[in-house]
Amino acid sequence: MTLRHTLSLGLSLLILTAPLRAAADEMKLAVTTSFHNSGLADVLLPAVKADLDLTVHLLVVGTGQALRLGRAGDVDAILVHAKAAEEAFVAAGHAPHRTEVMYNDFVLIGPKSDPAKIADAPDVGSALSAIWQARAPFVSRGDDSGTHTKEKALWAEIGADRTAFDPGWYRAAGAGMGATLNLASGLSAYVLSDRASWLTFGNKGDLALLFAGDAALFNQYAYLPLDPKRHPHVNAAATQAFEHWLTSPRAATLIDGYRLNGAALFHFNAAASQ
Amino acid sequence: MNARALLTPRENTTQMRQMLPLLRGIPAGVPVKVAARHWKPAMSDITQGLLAAFTLIVTLDADLIEISLRSLYVTSSAVLIASVIGLPLGCWLALRRFRFRRATIAVLNALMGLPPVVVGLLVYLLLSRSGPFGVFGLLFTPAAMIIAQVIILTPLIASIAHQAIRDLWADYHDLLISLNTSRGQRMRTLLWDGRRALLTAALAGFGRGIGEVGAIMIVGGNIDHVTRVLTTAIALETGKGDFALALGLGFVLIGLAITVNLAIHRLTGTEVRGRW
Repeated sequence: MTLRHTLSLGLSLLILTAPLRAAADEMKLAVTTSFHNSGLADVLLPAVKADLDLTVHLLVVGTGQALRLGRAGDVDAILVHAKAAEEAFVAAGHAPHRTEVMYNDFVLIGPKSDPAKIADAPDVGSALSAIWQARAPFVSRGDDSGTHTKEKALWAEIGADRTAFDPGWYRAAGAGMGATLNLASGLSAYVLSDRASWLTFGNKGDLALLFAGDAALFNQYAYLPLDPKRHPHVNAAATQAFEHWLTSPRAATLIDGYRLNGAALFHFNAAASQ
Repeated sequence: MNARALLTPRENTTQMRQMLPLLRGIPAGVPVKVAARHWKPAMSDITQGLLAAFTLIVTLDADLIEISLRSLYVTSSAVLIASVIGLPLGCWLALRRFRFRRATIAVLNALMGLPPVVVGLLVYLLLSRSGPFGVFGLLFTPAAMIIAQVIILTPLIASIAHQAIRDLWADYHDLLISLNTSRGQRMRTLLWDGRRALLTAALAGFGRGIGEVGAIMIVGGNIDHVTRVLTTAIALETGKGDFALALGLGFVLIGLAITVNLAIHRLTGTEVRGRW
């Protein structure tokens, strides 16, 4: 009944709970929150494990942080959705190429009462203009994620200076999609979300999907393996095998077949793998 | 709730319906959550959180046990290492007189409030492949989480230890000096006789570590089956809007902290009968 007992208890805890090292092949993949929160990862990764005996460890972060982790060489590959940033990533020599895998679309979410009347807007530009004119509360991701990048581009297209917006109605959350939706739910605010995150979100409250279907809201997901020449420690065999699998008909069936309450969340559009 | 329940909130309500006797009779189409939830969401979410915690515990959910053990593993290791550094450091600061002693103690006290996110970012930059210790490949492993927590906990443990030993030293000063003890003997005596106060220091460290999320999220990455612990799982479920499960995990975390504290008091024989 002394300090020695405490120490031995601590030590035995350490030994008992020491994490088991996985023996099979493994790789680290930084993905966007939408890929993981949608539940698609839970469908694809067990299949990858079964087909390739490859354990994919997911780091669920925003696209901006995923690219940052890739630049530092801390992951083996990334799966994100911000084309311009991805092309810059490839141009900087961090990845040999980007491979488009699947797409879905962005949607505008807002309070059911729809104070800015965006539900019948002809296109996304007029919908955002209506929110802007009405000074209706709008929550932005504000975290350099793929969704945030898209939102910035959409504001720029209608000639709005986002940085001059009054924070009384335009609020930059600086958070992930789920946290931002939580904020929008609490504030009864408008928010731009990818469709998968919205469909799987559990705290919808007073929010509803108000606007979707404009071609400008197209959301392409791409896979970028890190270049082993630039980052020698990456598991290049695993990233190649995973890429091959991700563009295979097997992945196509799983991605297109993934439904939530009858709604398709992602559409496979990878070019046939060689 | 099976193993997937922690990962896929969309299944939770269905599974909770199956698991919980109270809800089992309700047909599948009827929403389990209270209908007018944007008026009184807090109350129903808290009830659901308690139910979720209860279900997870009584069914000995495999994922819950795994992440709870990992939480314990990371924080106990960090507390152990931080105590090995912090307790002698606190004692040494109480005994020695040197030029910048006051400044050192002030800095140590200030570091008790070190923001975990900053520690996480620093450790991330150090362990990153592009950082100085990148070659070890420690990033996104439990070892990285332990390193971050050691940095957070050491000043806290050292500071509390210093204050406890300082008071003890005031009592022992004349005796130990008159016995002509060496500095090492004095430190050993004070550390041993102050062990109950030092246990409090270690337990305070445990309390800060087990509930910490900012640093371990950054350096651990919250990877399922590798670096996911209770606090990062709570953050994940909150992000998905599944407040009930997040709260359920929160109750498990609180229960775990209480159990560990009680167990250590029992094992060390403190707070019983006439002893303290």
